[in-house]
Amino acid sequence: MQIQAPGRTGPQLNQLMEQTGEGRACLQDVCGQRYLAAGRAGFSLDIYGTPGNALGAWLDGCTIRVHGNAQDAVGDTMNSGSIRIEGMAGDAVGYAMRGGEIFVRDSAGYRCGVHMKASDRTQPLLVIGGTAGSFLGEYLAGGSILVLGIGAENRVPVGNFCGRGMYGGRIILRTRHLPPDLSSRLTVRTPRPEETGQLRQWVGRYCRMFELPPLEVQPEDFQIIEPDSANPCQRLYAGI
Amino acid sequence: MLKREGQVRIPAGCAISGIFSRSGAPVNGGRIVQSIAAMHDRSNGLGGGFAGYGIYPGYKDYFAMHVFFDDQTARRDCEEFLQRHFDIVNLSRIPTRKVKSIRDEPLIWRYFVQPLHHKLADCQLDEAEYVSRCVMRINSTVKGAYVFSSGKNMGVFKAVGYPEDVGEFYRLEEYEGYCWTAHGRYPTNTPGWWGGAHPFALLDYSVVHNGEISSYDANRRWVEMFGYRCSLLTDTEVIAYIFDYLLRRLGLTLEEAAAIVAAPFWDTISRMPEEERERMICLRRKFSSLLITGPFSILLGFEGGLMALNDRLKLRSLVAAEAGDTFYVASEECAIRTIQPQLNRVWAPRGGEPVIVRLNEGVQV
Repeated sequence: MQIQAPGRTGPQLNQLMEQTGEGRACLQDVCGQRYLAAGRAGFSLDIYGTPGNALGAWLDGCTIRVHGNAQDAVGDTMNSGSIRIEGMAGDAVGYAMRGGEIFVRDSAGYRCGVHMKASDRTQPLLVIGGTAGSFLGEYLAGGSILVLGIGAENRVPVGNFCGRGMYGGRIILRTRHLPPDLSSRLTVRTPRPEETGQLRQWVGRYCRMFELPPLEVQPEDFQIIEPDSANPCQRLYAGI
Repeated sequence: MLKREGQVRIPAGCAISGIFSRSGAPVNGGRIVQSIAAMHDRSNGLGGGFAGYGIYPGYKDYFAMHVFFDDQTARRDCEEFLQRHFDIVNLSRIPTRKVKSIRDEPLIWRYFVQPLHHKLADCQLDEAEYVSRCVMRINSTVKGAYVFSSGKNMGVFKAVGYPEDVGEFYRLEEYEGYCWTAHGRYPTNTPGWWGGAHPFALLDYSVVHNGEISSYDANRRWVEMFGYRCSLLTDTEVIAYIFDYLLRRLGLTLEEAAAIVAAPFWDTISRMPEEERERMICLRRKFSSLLITGPFSILLGFEGGLMALNDRLKLRSLVAAEAGDTFYVASEECAIRTIQPQLNRVWAPRGGEPVIVRLNEGVQV
């Protein structure tokens, strides 16, 4: 069902989507409406225009495709579901997400994936095609953040303070240029064979969903950043 | 009566927006109102305002004083002061229209003035310093009078209310300029009152600000050593004076001023190439009291240009864009798309990285 967004607030649009009873909707000319699909489950949503802050916050199983850029706090604390952004995203993408996946075709802002966490049932995944701003994965507790750095192959694809305070999970950068300020309490290594297979799958999905030419995955092109587990007592605020 | 701080609480954050036409092509004031209105949810009705540049071409050589008066006594006292110090070539009420949500308005007047020649010669000050001192004098000594705009060929329009209502109140669609900035306010620590709405301006510098300055008192003490008086009960005022001090009085560049107020961390400085590192260390040491800490995104308007700047941690959102010769900047992309759906370029400036735009070479406004 097509829904025209102009003149309607985010909560009003959410209500309209609910009322369709079709399990899918297409929002046209969205411009800044907040909280779209927040907390929703079992829904497929296409968004044209620029959705406002907190798109898909607390998402519980929807599929969202944004045919344009997104603003701040996409997928804030989401539980499950899939968000795909055919453009750039603002600050704090995937803030505290607990499950599901977010794919951003271009770059994303500051504080992406801050305090993501995993459980025995959920492993959140955040993939950023371009570069990411500072504080990527700050206080990361679980899950995976993959930054492909497309178009930034000759420089560091993330800003300052990458992975500060992280105590679980992984930040994976496709680069040969490590952040110069990486904390000494983090370790860096190239992927193991079984991880390379997983990376090929994620990168392949990224390229296909955004209709981009395939990207070759060689283990030596990737850096996996993790908290240093050599001294377990130091793991409690490992990156500070 | 509008509800005051503490009587109402709406989760939000301030909003800022700016338009700059590099070619000098006039932009109607209605456009900036439409832009800031897209971020309605970020304000709570306790303040909105605009600054327009190039809006008084007929009086471009005169300082345009916009003044709030509590009552006719304040107006009389202020006009006496102005007559003693300036040649007043035109004075009038600023045209407004009645808007339901805008109430308790003060008297709002506009004076186009030039410093009196003999006074200026006697005090051996340049024109800008003379005007700036007079503004400080009025705001700190004339009871019930507050000069909130004092530049040439520019003007500030502000009130207590939502920004779109403020724009309607001041009939901004009747003005055209090459640059506009706007603010929607959500005061967190200080009362929402007419003088406390943004922009804050001195001479042709104007500042709109989304954020909260934790270094306010350190900054205030420093600038008050140089004759500035912070009398408006809100933190943004000090930012306007800091830029006036660094840019006009000390003659620093915009990039240097940005590196002082949003200085890189020592850790970041230590990794810079030597020459750059020495320069940064010098600026941080010399102006340590002018470092602005806490979250901010600001737009600094000035004659012929506009600067957008975030705090070094980028604790407030800011998006910039271009379409043809026009530059756009706002707290949210939707505020840009709503007035210019097709953009050539959209990007998020990094924390502490100033984005500076100026009129193209040779453009006269």
